Parts: sequence; C-alpha cells; structure tokens
Amino acid sequence: MRDSNAIDPRATDGEAVQVLTLGLGGEIFAIETERVREVLDLIPITRIPNSRPFIKGLINVRGKVITVTDLRVKFGMPPMPPTAESRIVVTEVQVEGVPTLVGALADQVFEATELPSASMEEVPRIGMRWRTEFIRAIGKRGDDFIIIADIDQVFAAADAVH
Amino acid sequence: MAAAVNPADVFRQEAAELLATLETTLLDLEAAPNDKDLVDQAFRSLHTLKGSGAMFGWEALADFTHHVESAFQKVRDGVLTASHDLISLTLASLDHIRVLLERPEQADRVRGDALLAAFADLAGTHAPGVKAAAHARPVAAACQTKVFRIRWRPARDMMAFGGNPLLLLNELRELGPCTVTPIVDRVPPLAEIDPAGCYLGWDVMVTTDKPRSAIDDVFIFVASDSELTIDELAVEDDAGAAPRLGEILVKRGDVAARDIEEELGHQPRLGAMLVQAGKVSGDRVASALGEQKHLREAAKVRETSTAGNTIRVPAERLDNLMDQVGELVIAQARLMQIAGGGSPLLKSIAEDIERLAGELRDTTMSVRMLPIGTLFSRFRRVVHDLSRELGKSVELTMAGEETELDKTVIESLNDPMVHLIRNAMDHGLGTSEQRRGQGKPETGRLHLSAVHSGASVLITISDDGKGLDRVAIRAKAEERGMLQPGQEITDAELFGCIFLPGFSTAATVTSISGRGVGMDVVKRAIDGLRGTIEVSSEPGKGTAITLKLPLTLAIIDGLLVKMADERYIVPLSAVEECVELTSKEDHRSDGRSFLNIRGEIVAFVRLRHLFEVAGAAPKIQKVVIVGIGQSRIGLVVDQVLGQHQTVIKSLSRLHDDQEGFSGATILGDGSVALILDVPHLVKFARERETATRAA
Repeated sequence: MRDSNAIDPRATDGEAVQVLTLGLGGEIFAIETERVREVLDLIPITRIPNSRPFIKGLINVRGKVITVTDLRVKFGMPPMPPTAESRIVVTEVQVEGVPTLVGALADQVFEATELPSASMEEVPRIGMRWRTEFIRAIGKRGDDFIIIADIDQVFAAADAVH
Repeated sequence: MAAAVNPADVFRQEAAELLATLETTLLDLEAAPNDKDLVDQAFRSLHTLKGSGAMFGWEALADFTHHVESAFQKVRDGVLTASHDLISLTLASLDHIRVLLERPEQADRVRGDALLAAFADLAGTHAPGVKAAAHARPVAAACQTKVFRIRWRPARDMMAFGGNPLLLLNELRELGPCTVTPIVDRVPPLAEIDPAGCYLGWDVMVTTDKPRSAIDDVFIFVASDSELTIDELAVEDDAGAAPRLGEILVKRGDVAARDIEEELGHQPRLGAMLVQAGKVSGDRVASALGEQKHLREAAKVRETSTAGNTIRVPAERLDNLMDQVGELVIAQARLMQIAGGGSPLLKSIAEDIERLAGELRDTTMSVRMLPIGTLFSRFRRVVHDLSRELGKSVELTMAGEETELDKTVIESLNDPMVHLIRNAMDHGLGTSEQRRGQGKPETGRLHLSAVHSGASVLITISDDGKGLDRVAIRAKAEERGMLQPGQEITDAELFGCIFLPGFSTAATVTSISGRGVGMDVVKRAIDGLRGTIEVSSEPGKGTAITLKLPLTLAIIDGLLVKMADERYIVPLSAVEECVELTSKEDHRSDGRSFLNIRGEIVAFVRLRHLFEVAGAAPKIQKVVIVGIGQSRIGLVVDQVLGQHQTVIKSLSRLHDDQEGFSGATILGDGSVALILDVPHLVKFARERETATRAA
C-alpha cells in the first residue's frame, strides 16, 4: 500500500527527496518533510498508565491531543532520558487507515534537507541492526548513512510486540 | 465556505425522507386499514415523490411510483382495501424506489415489473402498456405557512359608497383556507336600522403562504375608513398545543383574564358560561372557537409537511461547531484560572464568559440532539419484515420516543439495536402455537422504551418471550472454563456471559443457528459509545435488555482527581460520593481492600497501584465511590480537586489496546489529563488482581 510519494530508488532516479533529519541513538534518521507537521520543543507529556512501552504519553498541541511515541523503543534501542536537545516531531501517519497526528521523540533535530535519489539504496535484508520493515531506504551523505524511516509501518498498530 | 447546493442532492434527501414517512404511514395503515387520513397521507407522499421525481429527472422512479400511486388512488376511491398484501407489496415497492433513487443504474427492471404486475393483480387491472406520463406538475414547495387573524369592521357607510364587503372576504379566501366569523354585536334594533348601513364586522382567520402585504392589499381601499387589525398568529408545531379558548379571548382583549378565572370554576363549557354571564357576546366566542380550530388545523398541516420551522445543516458543520465550542470551554477555563488572582473587573468579565460559554455549549449540544423516535420508527419495518419471515405474530410498542440523544449516539445505535431486536424475535419470542401452549396471548410483545436518567439515557428492549435459559448459559460458561462448577454467581454476571466473544447464544439458548454476529458485537458497539448493558430475564416471562448511554459524546461533567502530580478525570455521572481513607483505615484494610460505608461493604481499588504511580501516598487519601450497574466500588486517590467541564478528546487508534481510559481532555493550564473509563478500569483491576494472585 505504498503511495505515490514512496521513495522507490528505481522510480525516482534523478530526483531528490525532501527530508527532515534527526538524531536517534547516535544514528541519523530521516522523515520525508511532507509528512512532518511541526517540530516542538519538549513540553510536559502526560503519561498513560499501562500503555505499550513505545507510547510516551499525550501532549496538547493547540487544543488537539496528540500521542507522543519513542522511536528508540520501536527500533529496539535502549530508552534514554530526554535532554535539552530533545524535540517532538509531529508527523502525519496512517494508523489502520486513519490519518493521525503522532509525535515522535527525537534526541535532536538537524535540518530539512534534500537527499538525491541516486544516493539511496534499498534496505539490505541482512546485516541490519534494526527491524527492516520500518526502514524505507538508506541514503548516503559523505561518510554518513541516513536511515529513511517508513513511519506508516512504524505506527501500524497491528505490531503488538512493542 | 457554504457548499453549492445541488438540486439533485436536495431531491435525493427529500425523497429519502418522504420514503421514511411513507413507510411509517404504511405501517400505521396496516394497523388501521380503514383510516382515510392515512390513505390520503400515503397517496400524497407518493404523489409528491412522483411529481418531484419527474421534475428532477428521475424518470424511472416517477414512472414506477405512478403505478403505486394509482393503486392508492383506488384505495381512496374505495375500490381497493388497504389489505396486508397491499401494504407488504407497497413496502417492497418502497425498497425498489430506494434503489431507483440511489443507484438507478443497478435497479432490477424485472423486479420492478414483477412488483407492478402484482399491483395490477391486486387492483384487478393490468399495467398499461403505454408509458404513463407522470404528471410533472411541480409540487408546491412546502413553504412556511402563516396564520393571520384579521378583525375587520367596515365603515357604516361602506355600502353606500359602493363597497361590497363580500368581495373582500372572497379575496381573502383566495389567499388560503379561511375561517370567517361574523360579529353582529353592533346591529341595532330593527327600528333604528339604516337599510344601506353596514353593521356587521368579521373575524377572519386565514392560513396562507403569502406575506402579510397580500392581506394589506385586499383592504387597501377601505383600510382608512374601517376598523382593521391584522395580526400574525404563532402556529404551534404540535396540534394539541394550540391555545385554549380562554387564552385567545384574553389575548384579543375581548375578556379579562380575571373573568375567565372566575368562570372556570363553573361548568359546562367555558364559551357558553362566558356568554351566559354576559362577559362576552356569543359571536365573539364563536369567532374565538373558530380561531382555535383554525390554528389546530394549521398546526396539523405543518406537522404533516416536513418543512416546518427547520433548516438543514450538514452534520459536518455541527461537528465543527462542537469542536470550536469545546476549545472555547477550554480557553475559558484558562481565563478563569488567570482571572482568579486578578482584578475584580477581569473576574466579572471572566464570569460572564463562563456563563456564555456554558450556554453556548448547551445550545450547541441541544442542536445535535435528535429524538430517539427517529431511530425507533426504523425498527417497525424490521419487526414487520421479520415477523413475516419467522412466521411469528409480534406487536411492537414504544415509549419515550421523544427522548433526545446526541445524533452520533443515535446513528451508532442502529446496528446493535437491530441485532437485539432480531435476537428477541428469533430466540426470545415463540410462535403463536408455542405461546398458546404456555397460556400467553398469541401475539408476542416487543417493547422499546427510552427514558432519561441523570446524564444518561436508558434504552430498554423487552419481550414477553420465554426468557434466557440460565441452565444452558451456565453449562456453556462452565464448558468454556469461565465458571467453576458450583460457583456462586449473580444473574447479572451470568447474563453478562452472553456478550462474550464466541459465546453463541444460538447454540446455548435455543437450537436455532446464529446469524454470524454474536452479542459481543453489540457489546463492543455499546462500549464504543461509553455505554453499558444490563440484562434481566425471568423464565417464561421474558427478557429485558437495557442500554445505558451517555447523553452526549462531546462534553461531560467530570471530577478532577490527583495522584502525586498526575491528574485524572472521573466522569461525574458515575460518581456517587467521596469519602476519606485515613491511614488507620488504610492499614487495617491492608490485604483486604474493603470499606465500610454506612454498613455497606464497598471494595476499593488503589489507583496509585493500578497506575504504578511512583512515591508514597499522603497520610489522608480520598476514596471516590463510583457506581457500576448495581455494584459500587471505591477508587483511592490522593486528592479530589473538584468538578471540571470536560471536553472529550478521543485517543488515536494507537491506544486501541488500552483499557481503562475513554479519552483525554485539556485542563485549564493546557496540560492533558486522561478520562477514566470506570467500568473497564474496574474490570482491568480485577483481572490484574486475579493474575497477581495466580502468580
């Protein structure tokens, strides 16, 4: 169920993709900018008792109640307490077919940038530290790898493991 | 931002309403086949449908409806009776018309022709081969009609100057239905009469869709010389609420209210009494009676025409309005918080805004309210069809149709209620033979009722069938390991089992196979509306299923409570009282979590434990006692902060697995607080307790 905006290295050859890069557990992740609604400084998060570990809680964004999640948990990284650099990236994702605003905690947010499609590669099936179904493609910039997350997959509620 | 109105959409919507009205009329007619008014109503609906169908390009629909209409013309003429067969056939035709309306391309011609042939058989005629030209007469738009009261006393010399009052009265008649009452109290004794003089006056009530100026125009040449008053009268939407005679006389200034009260003590009719007492002349009373009758009729007409005093608004706009009011309430709570420490002037403005926001909230919510009768009347068709299908004679009765509920709730109630009704008719009610054998009336009774109870509405579906089979349910529950053999259990708990997934009532309660959807689907739907289900049943007497639903899904009154620095909302509708839990009691109750409330034992749950709140509890804790169905349970919290207007924000699908919270809200300081879903929370607590014990 990939939409037309999906980053498919074969189809988008020669084009560039706008992404927002963010830091998570020492790695650089990227989310397509068109899915990003806004970036918030860390604000008090209301904890939800007995929720799944990747759900951090709820915040109020101008009258809307939005769920904040911890992508570290989703990607199997150890949880870390937030720092002054931490940000909440509000993204629009499809949760069971319903468009939903979801906040994702990031250790830091770097920049909105362009990634040339040519620099992107398909996700290798093996040799990955993280669950590959959450990764759409891997980009390369200089010596850095940029992991482009498939946020719809990340928040697919069917994933009961986390 | 107003969307352009597509005439085709308007027709589609109006036709859908006409069909719904028609269905009701037909079902009424089935119960009273000789009611001429109902036949006329059905005919009119069909006629309107045909006329506007042709006008808006629904040729096939108009054509088909024409034949149905013809059959009803025969009923009107007394050639045909409104038999059960005719009604059933017409109902089936309505379904066909619906298809023609909504998906004309999918309409089954063969089925349409078969229906028409059946009509022809019934009517003893054969469908005309030629395409009957549907009279594309534009049906007068159901305009808002008004009632005017005209008191006219022409000048004495009117006729001497060539005027003729009768011509004017006739002109009035052309505006709409009139009730004319002559006033003769100024007619002098015969000896003093001037033969050319005009001594009469008239009171005229006219119902018209023309503006007042049309009436003014009638009197344009005589107004300056006559005594003339023209008043527009309010037509109550309810025919029964037309004003009473006394009220009319007083309003007209014909008689003092005191005189009426004086006379009311006496019998017989008020009018006769007043005349006898010389308080008012006979013709004045006759005129007032005319007004009363006229108003009643005008109200009746208005009742039958769907236009009424209403406007159509897309549901989406109402939802937006509700959202905005919700945000206003939140902003207002913040304002109150700031104003609390501010100047008296700011405080008084904040209080004004609080009051206005509250009123706006109530008005907005009332706009979203619909009488549940709109839902109930749909079930008449369900019951009608099902009783034929099952070969059972069932009488459906209703009470409390005027009870209002949020439209979202009403919409979501349809499917679960259809399921409960099917269930009652299929498994609960027996056939006529079975019922006769049990010494019951042959016709089974199915009763739907709705009633307000605090911030909830109770909807009950009851039948006088054989009741739930306790033994079978118990056996099934034991077989599935939900109950230990010999375990004590209340009826309510036992009946609760039928709502468990996979607990097929069909397999246990009766031998008839199920319909694929279990009662668990009903349960889930009601849970989704934050409602609860209670079942009561007596063997041989029947079953009653009561749905308790919140009045609205948008805003509730809540009780704000606190544990450490976390705040939660308990829906106030569930709260019965708050008591203290002193450290002494707390220690004593260690191990067994019970409180003694005025001699009654109430179990309690520590929310601190349940929610894994860090830190130690304060010395004195509070217990919020909540009612769940028949039972009561205490929720131990650190502090009760007070009442809070709670705008419910639903949680995203990411929280679908989450039990215990029905949503979240935004507090005055802008932070988010969770709203407890008390029944589920308690269930969750029990399960957890059982799990801990087992471990």
